Amino acid sequence: MDIGDSVIEVSELRRRYGPEGDKGFEAVRGVSFTVARGELFALLGTNGAGKTSTVELLEGLARPSGGRVRVLGHDPFEERSAVRPRVGVMLQEGGFPSDLTVTETVRMWAGCTTGARPVGEALGLVGLVGRGDVRIKQLSGGERRRLDLALALLGRPEVLFLDEPTTGLDPEARHTTWELVRRLREEGTTVLLTTHYLEEAEALADRLAIMREGRIVTSGAPGEVIGAYPARIRFAMPVGWFVGDLPPLAELGVVRHEETEGRIELQTRELQRTLTGLLVWAREKDIELEGLDARTASLEEAFLAIAGAGTGAGAAVGAGAGRGE
Amino acid sequence: MAVSTTMSTMVSTAGSRVLALGRAELTLLGRSKTALYMGLLMPAVMVYAMHSVVAGVDLDKAGMSVAAVSVTGGFGFVLVLAVYQNLVTAYVARREELVLKRLRTGEASDVEILAGTAIPAVLVALAQCVLLVVAGVVWLKLGAVHRPELLLAGLVFGVVLCVTLAAATAAWAKSVEGAQFVTTPLFLISMAGSGLVVPLEAMPDGVAQICRLLPLTPAMQLMRGGWLGGVDAVDALRDVLTALVWVALGVFAVRRWFRWEPRR
Repeated sequence: MDIGDSVIEVSELRRRYGPEGDKGFEAVRGVSFTVARGELFALLGTNGAGKTSTVELLEGLARPSGGRVRVLGHDPFEERSAVRPRVGVMLQEGGFPSDLTVTETVRMWAGCTTGARPVGEALGLVGLVGRGDVRIKQLSGGERRRLDLALALLGRPEVLFLDEPTTGLDPEARHTTWELVRRLREEGTTVLLTTHYLEEAEALADRLAIMREGRIVTSGAPGEVIGAYPARIRFAMPVGWFVGDLPPLAELGVVRHEETEGRIELQTRELQRTLTGLLVWAREKDIELEGLDARTASLEEAFLAIAGAGTGAGAAVGAGAGRGE
Repeated sequence: MAVSTTMSTMVSTAGSRVLALGRAELTLLGRSKTALYMGLLMPAVMVYAMHSVVAGVDLDKAGMSVAAVSVTGGFGFVLVLAVYQNLVTAYVARREELVLKRLRTGEASDVEILAGTAIPAVLVALAQCVLLVVAGVVWLKLGAVHRPELLLAGLVFGVVLCVTLAAATAAWAKSVEGAQFVTTPLFLISMAGSGLVVPLEAMPDGVAQICRLLPLTPAMQLMRGGWLGGVDAVDALRDVLTALVWVALGVFAVRRWFRWEPRR
């Protein structure tokens, strides 16, 4: 088996719902990326950005209206039978017959899965042991998500597609799921994950891409994506002191500053140098910088800067949200 | 526990997949009062209810007894109620619960998913048809089955057609409640024109010629003729061909219109 080759290849992918022209809606508009073997790749975006629409094409649930997808070297839609035994899928909203029990559901799925794990082992992975005799309709939303994950893992897949796997989970279950996903990745499973929990992407992803309006607007390792954004220092000046009293900001390494209602925000790419300069100045002047807060950019800031850019587009994103992303 | 343990070599096959899906669906059938009522009780109720209607039909021209018409008409009710109506409901329910979409992410092919879901309905129909034959032969003294191969062929065509038409019809219902509504046309047309109540042999010739072309008529004619006799090779061939055309139309409709997930 080639190590390091691309397990998922997507180029110029497009997906259109409805007819050409204004009546239709293009949810995916020329998306390209690759995911290497053993890598965990996260797709981020606001609701309606096109994450699920993209993932469904990778899962082979629909034919793209343009572009190309290869999973393990095959077209997942046309060569479904070649791809399916090697991948595991957890849909954003999957369904199980509400009157079946958990065990009956796993057994049904096992009959459809090559090399299926035993029922007990599958339930053990997601902490559902002891819930085997419970009907699906009596499970909580979080338990259903975990059952869904168990089924995605049933055939020990080489490639795992997880569409918002922890939505609806309580914090503890979320961390358990993260541990499980990490372990799978360590064992060599390639994972494609969508999420709107940025901490999830930051914690798990080797690389990530942020989507907006059907396009990838930024991608890279979490550190690279975050690194493109400046750190921030926020504080309030004491009464009688003004921004103009600060030392020359450019010399402190400040790239941008703002003042709103007495609170000052400095942006810098050299947090330590800027902060040192600021604090030394404050000590010399013997003043207190109230509410001092200094932090490097987080994925959240990067995300908000990217996803929120161009509010005119926000309306279009909202309009698309109802069409299954 | 390690996430990966020893690899099991169990490979899923079309057979194992259809059986696994069928088993789950059979469990669900056992837990659905509506489905049990429609599939098990309704055909018997309809045969009984139609008995008095059949008694009022002039059957001299057909040369059949009231009991013979009622019991063989029962095949039709089994096909329409236990297979067609029940399956439309099942397909719609699984689609709206997103079960079909989830299944499509697995190894089962589209045909396997549809076939697996159909297994319990088909088993119920087969069992009821056997019961009808046994009741007719042993209890109502209708005489042994003349041409079992024709009866069986009619049953196979009828089941395949009803499963196909059920999948095709499911596209037109948005909910389980809607499923009852969209299945009514075929139910009424079949009851009136496919010989479920009035055999074609008792209809005026012109009407019978038209009724022969209805979806369920070929299966009904093969089953009734196979049991009671009176079918020649030309009739049988024509019925088989008509049935094949309907199956082909049904398959086309399923491929063209079947939806695997709810409309948003």
